Amino acid sequence: MEPIDLDLDENDLELPSEPMHLNMGPSHPAMHGTVRIVLELSGETITKSDVQIGYLHRGFEKMCERGSWAQVFPYVDRLNYVSPMLNNVGYALAVEKMCELQVPDRCQWYRMILGELARMSDHLTCTGAMAMELGAFTPFLWFIKAREMIWDILEEETGARLTHSFGRIGGMANSPTPALKEMCRTAIKSVLEIVAEGEGMLLKNRIFLDRLEGIGAISGADAIALSWTGPCLRAAGVAYDVRKAHPYLKYDEVDFDMPLGKNGDNLDRFLIRLAELRQSARIVLQSCERMADDGPINCDDPRVMLPPKQDVYRTIEGTIQHFKLIMEGAKVPAGEVYSYTEGGNGEIGFYLVSDGSGTPYRVRIRPPCFAITAGLSKLINGAMLSDIVPTFGSLNMIGGECDH
Amino acid sequence: MGELKQVTLDASESSGFATTKLDALLGWARKWSLFKYPFVTACCGMEFMAVTSPRFDGTARFGAEAPRFSPRQSDLLWVVGTISQRQAPVLKRIYEQMMEPKWVLAFGTCASCGGFYDNYTTVPGIDKIIPCDVYIPGCPPRPEAVIDGLMLLQDKIARGDKTPGIVKPREDPASLVKLRLSKDSGQ
Amino acid sequence: MSERVLAALKQKFAADVLLTHSQFGDDTAVVAPSSWKAVCTFLRSDPEMGFDMFVDLCGVDYPTRDPRVEVVLHLRSMVHGHRVRVKTSVGDEDLDGCEVDSVTSLWPGADWFEREVYDLVGVHFRGHPDLRRILMYPEFEGHPLLKDYPADRTQPLIPYRTEAEAGLPLEKLAPFGRDEGMPFGRGLTKPAALASGHDDHAMKHGDN
Ligand code: SF4
Repeated sequence: MEPIDLDLDENDLELPSEPMHLNMGPSHPAMHGTVRIVLELSGETITKSDVQIGYLHRGFEKMCERGSWAQVFPYVDRLNYVSPMLNNVGYALAVEKMCELQVPDRCQWYRMILGELARMSDHLTCTGAMAMELGAFTPFLWFIKAREMIWDILEEETGARLTHSFGRIGGMANSPTPALKEMCRTAIKSVLEIVAEGEGMLLKNRIFLDRLEGIGAISGADAIALSWTGPCLRAAGVAYDVRKAHPYLKYDEVDFDMPLGKNGDNLDRFLIRLAELRQSARIVLQSCERMADDGPINCDDPRVMLPPKQDVYRTIEGTIQHFKLIMEGAKVPAGEVYSYTEGGNGEIGFYLVSDGSGTPYRVRIRPPCFAITAGLSKLINGAMLSDIVPTFGSLNMIGGECDH
Repeated sequence: MGELKQVTLDASESSGFATTKLDALLGWARKWSLFKYPFVTACCGMEFMAVTSPRFDGTARFGAEAPRFSPRQSDLLWVVGTISQRQAPVLKRIYEQMMEPKWVLAFGTCASCGGFYDNYTTVPGIDKIIPCDVYIPGCPPRPEAVIDGLMLLQDKIARGDKTPGIVKPREDPASLVKLRLSKDSGQ
Repeated sequence: MSERVLAALKQKFAADVLLTHSQFGDDTAVVAPSSWKAVCTFLRSDPEMGFDMFVDLCGVDYPTRDPRVEVVLHLRSMVHGHRVRVKTSVGDEDLDGCEVDSVTSLWPGADWFEREVYDLVGVHFRGHPDLRRILMYPEFEGHPLLKDYPADRTQPLIPYRTEAEAGLPLEKLAPFGRDEGMPFGRGLTKPAALASGHDDHAMKHGDN
């Protein structure tokens, strides 16, 4: 058979060169359901991109102006819904900073244990989902299995699997169960085993590595300029962790490392998350050692704490105090505060304005994801279309937090 | 479905018998081969992951495991999470692109009624936009509740019943209609 | 910790620094809107200050004050580890003159934050490269985080189904009716002008 294209010019074979427009999301399996990316493609290379968020804007900040200070807890749970306990603790610390309260030691350890467990579940979900989006389904199932183990502890402690609403101003809703330490020790052991197994499987996989290595890289200076925080910033080699830089709770008393990446690419972000997971496990175990087995869990400030149930029924003072706290809410001194903690994705800050009444005047959350997602466009411009999936996955964008 | 019915009607005098059987067969086949389109937006998605993962194995056991990310190939729309006003047209469009017969499952309080986001940006329940077959309350619902909902949907498919149901049915919206009608006629 | 910063600001911008305080340990400087950019540039570029990390930007509405909207900026220095909060107030009752200079040229990360403040509170940022809504959709009217925007006024993009279409009652059942539970906000958040439009909005379809 004769070749048919012998005397064709090079140019005749070329595809039309106008850029193609492609719309990814919001309902796209890799877009977490809430992000839309409008792309301008030349071939398979992305020339321009516009990341659009807001598909999960639920009016968090407006809703907080509705109830009392304590009624904000359920809403903060649903910000970063992969690690709700960290938000709970962050918000509680912010209000306590305004009330100038210090919770008892036992509560601080307890908050750290629950918070780090939540961070572990956050990193498990993120890395697992990232692997799944690249087609590795088995590690995802394993990581979810490990997450179930952590959730079992959290459920035992708080009563809810995911949305705990467990923080309180000046303490926690309940004291630790006697089985907590034992549960942590057993679960963490098996979780780490599963993680090692899953990691081994992924990091020997050429396809997985090729799709992560060197893709979506960002330098430390750029990451700071984009106001990134958390694992994504540390993957770019910048040593900033709120737990180390501005220790809160008892983080200055435990021994843990801050893993740092070098290239700031997807692989680094993936590895940093797994490394941090192990550090969190260390923190939990140390905190289990240090937490006292008995002692008060809540501070006894009558401004914010509900009186014990017996007093409510038996004494008039107790009844009045209970009534006031429930109907009017705890009165928080007028003023403004910015309090920040290390959330699953970085610095999660609460800027609170109080007018001295029982209702927040303004609750502003500084969502780490928001800044990180803002940088997505920069990472994918110039990359290939298929690079979006691992890059987006490694940023761990959480809709509830990013869109408030 | 209607067309098939006609065929059997023409073919035999004792049509009632044949159609029932055929419907039952179709219902049975459909209820065990639900192809899902997960419309996952929010926190409920975390619980959705748990439902599909090994511990609960909430979908594979019911023949509803295979996800299809093309609405044209799927027949069960899982609406998982809050639907904001901005998202609403997308949801509606996806629903319209799905082929008949199709079912919709509202996963979680937000999808069912807007949950505690009673504000300027949230759609108070997907039934404001698209019809919905089964409502699963809970914020997020426990996997057990979801499995309950899936089974309820299967029953409905088998029965050819299109009235919405709630897990656990305490008040069926259908009975509320009756209640309201009786109230209206009373006035 | 960073009184140094406040002192330096006061010294450099004398009259433009309207107020400083360190309530709850957060150092705060309130500056005049006209010197917003100058203050930010100073904080960013002066080696003593070195605020290279943009942390947060948000707007707070105080309907009873004049100027009405407060723009709040949080910064952190990676080098020195200190933080500062800078505030300015802009805009009168009708949000006229509600604008400040954009700081995106100093911190690229400010881009989306400024868009968000514009979206939710209505502050215009002069010189922002791409100022459009970010969380709400372009068709949305008003700025939801202003205190006089009723929290439950929806602006649907597509019409809701009618009860006849659905064959079901679609309004919320008790205890979720609008007269149940918590009121939205406090008295001051509902000026009389808006209160009238408040009753019939729920099922109002977005035909405009
Ligand atoms: S029902 Fe609850 S858990 Fe589910 S999306 Fe709504 S707020 Fe989140």
